[in-house]
Amino acid sequence: MKLFEYEAKNLANNLGIATPKGAVASTAEEARDIHKRLGGAVVVKAQVLVAGRGKAGGIKFATKPEESFDRAKEMIGAFIKGETVRKVLIEQKLPVKRELYISIAEDRMNQCQTVLASKKGGVDIEEVAKTNPQEIVRRHMDPVYGMRGYEARDTALNLGYGGQQLNMISDLLANLYRLSVIYDCELVESNPLVETQDGRFLAADLRMIIDDNSLFRHPEFQERSKEPGAELTPLEAKARENNLAFVELDGDVGIIGNGAGLVMATIDLVKYYGGSPANFCDVGGGAAADRVASALGIIQSSDKVRTIFVNILAGITRCDEVAKGILDVKKVVGLMKPLIVRMVGTNEEEGWRLLESAGIKPFIHMDEAAKLAAKGA
Amino acid sequence: MRPLNWQQKEHESEKMPVLVGKETRTIVQGITGNQGSFHTRLMLEYGTKIVAGVTPGKGGTKVQDVPVYDTVATAKDETNADSSIIFVPAPYAKEAAMEAMDADLNPLVIITEGIPARDEMVIMRYAREHSTVIIGPNSPGVITPGQSKLGIMPGNVFRPGNVGLASRSGTLTYEIAASLTHAGIGQSTCLGIGGDPIVGLSFVDVLKMFREDSGTSSLVLIGEIGGTAEEGAAKYITETRYPKPVVAYVAGKAAPPGKRMGHAGAIITGSEGTADSKIQSLLAAGVRVAEIPSGIPELLQQKVQTVR
Repeated sequence: MKLFEYEAKNLANNLGIATPKGAVASTAEEARDIHKRLGGAVVVKAQVLVAGRGKAGGIKFATKPEESFDRAKEMIGAFIKGETVRKVLIEQKLPVKRELYISIAEDRMNQCQTVLASKKGGVDIEEVAKTNPQEIVRRHMDPVYGMRGYEARDTALNLGYGGQQLNMISDLLANLYRLSVIYDCELVESNPLVETQDGRFLAADLRMIIDDNSLFRHPEFQERSKEPGAELTPLEAKARENNLAFVELDGDVGIIGNGAGLVMATIDLVKYYGGSPANFCDVGGGAAADRVASALGIIQSSDKVRTIFVNILAGITRCDEVAKGILDVKKVVGLMKPLIVRMVGTNEEEGWRLLESAGIKPFIHMDEAAKLAAKGA
Repeated sequence: MRPLNWQQKEHESEKMPVLVGKETRTIVQGITGNQGSFHTRLMLEYGTKIVAGVTPGKGGTKVQDVPVYDTVATAKDETNADSSIIFVPAPYAKEAAMEAMDADLNPLVIITEGIPARDEMVIMRYAREHSTVIIGPNSPGVITPGQSKLGIMPGNVFRPGNVGLASRSGTLTYEIAASLTHAGIGQSTCLGIGGDPIVGLSFVDVLKMFREDSGTSSLVLIGEIGGTAEEGAAKYITETRYPKPVVAYVAGKAAPPGKRMGHAGAIITGSEGTADSKIQSLLAAGVRVAEIPSGIPELLQQKVQTVR
């Protein structure tokens, strides 16, 4: 789950991490009032979850409250990289001496959290890693011992800081690491982290991504994680409420299957045969009739879906349960779109009997069914 | 930063079929839960030696006639078990794995889905200290067809043979294993390495094991988007001039970046983890990559012929 910048900064402030003074606004009027309170020059920042909003016009400067009003007016309701802007963050403009980069990220290969820090901040770090790898300081954190003070100091030293600034940077690193641990973050990233002309350090930007698998121990995020909005489309939010793994795509062939790998392969296959998948939907292993029914209900409610392809390879799932789920939908609301079912495995005979009695002829082979689904049935 | 003691592990794997075999004696952790008891029955039916179960507070009871203990240590003392399969819910899975490692059980198969990545990092660090082989988490398990299965896969789609198969997913593995069986190609050992970003056994580890296994003549790798496990495998194959033919399939070609496709590990982050990168790396290493899952048996038959 991704947090908005203003949400991340609130959590960071509570741990003593400095960020520019500011507040979040939902209307242009609020933006103007916040600017009046802050005084001086400000930055108006669109609150979106996608990275790289600066280049997409999501960060603007304003010297007078009326300008903040205008910039906020332009941004709120506009799209940034496909995402609707609902709020803007108004912050004091910093006297920047240097822009740094610091992140603490889940490192799959090394199986730990890894700190990346660079004096070349404010730009795409993947680019820096490619062109100037020597400009990046990298440290792997031990998952048990965490970040030790001397590791933070060593990182600061490698960035080229000494004296009081060395301690300031290492304290900041320690606090960012604490933030990452407390909230089970996949990513904590400050880009830029600003060194001001008077030698202080502030997280001018802050991104946080929470590990979805850790949400059970974070009651504070549970409601937030189900909200439709920037991260989830309304359809995805509805699917998540029904505990389905669901990703909306832009095609017109609805896809339901059991198991993430099989569903991904099903989507690829429909595309391979010239179709365009509308979604990824995994009902999971051992799915009962009600799960299949809710998946089918959600997908057929989407206007853009023209055909639905159900691909089940039943191991711990049972074909008769899948068939019952489909028949429940048929009985209660009706099947609104052409349905193609490929279904093999546990209790196959009973599943086929149920479907055939309702006039649906299932397929044995995935390729055959996918070809038909791609053609739009 | 992955100083696994694979030297020792490789020798051990020579003694038995890769990872599990007829003699494997296993504990089921979380045996009294729905999944645990259901799959204990299926594993017993397949011929797996399930010698004990563990659920704290349920010691002294039985599930499918298997004695249940309160702790892994007592279960091991009483039954001389050597390995464990874990169905314990995500919030308790980290400690369940540590408990099994402290009792010197090896390998561990972790079926549990939804374990926080940080807990998995601790599990893997503990595993390195204990030289324990971990399969998963979020894995369907491992099967040596005709002998034993430590997992939740439907046993009937597999047949004994000499193709080794490793995958990051469950049902897609069954799909491809079924198509192999249908084409008359049996399997030596099939395993799911897990759908999470942090897993134990990697594709490279699996390649090492199959390399030493005289019962395996060729391999199938089933990858998916996210991470660099497939690129790592390709690099290993190139560097070691891997002696056995390898074919592969990679799922998620049509997946959009930044979206998690069901598995916690199936996500393209930045420019890393695309299906294209994996396919190109594998092709460059001489691995033949099937465009669609049903293409695997044919590629394998061609491979087997060219090697002969």
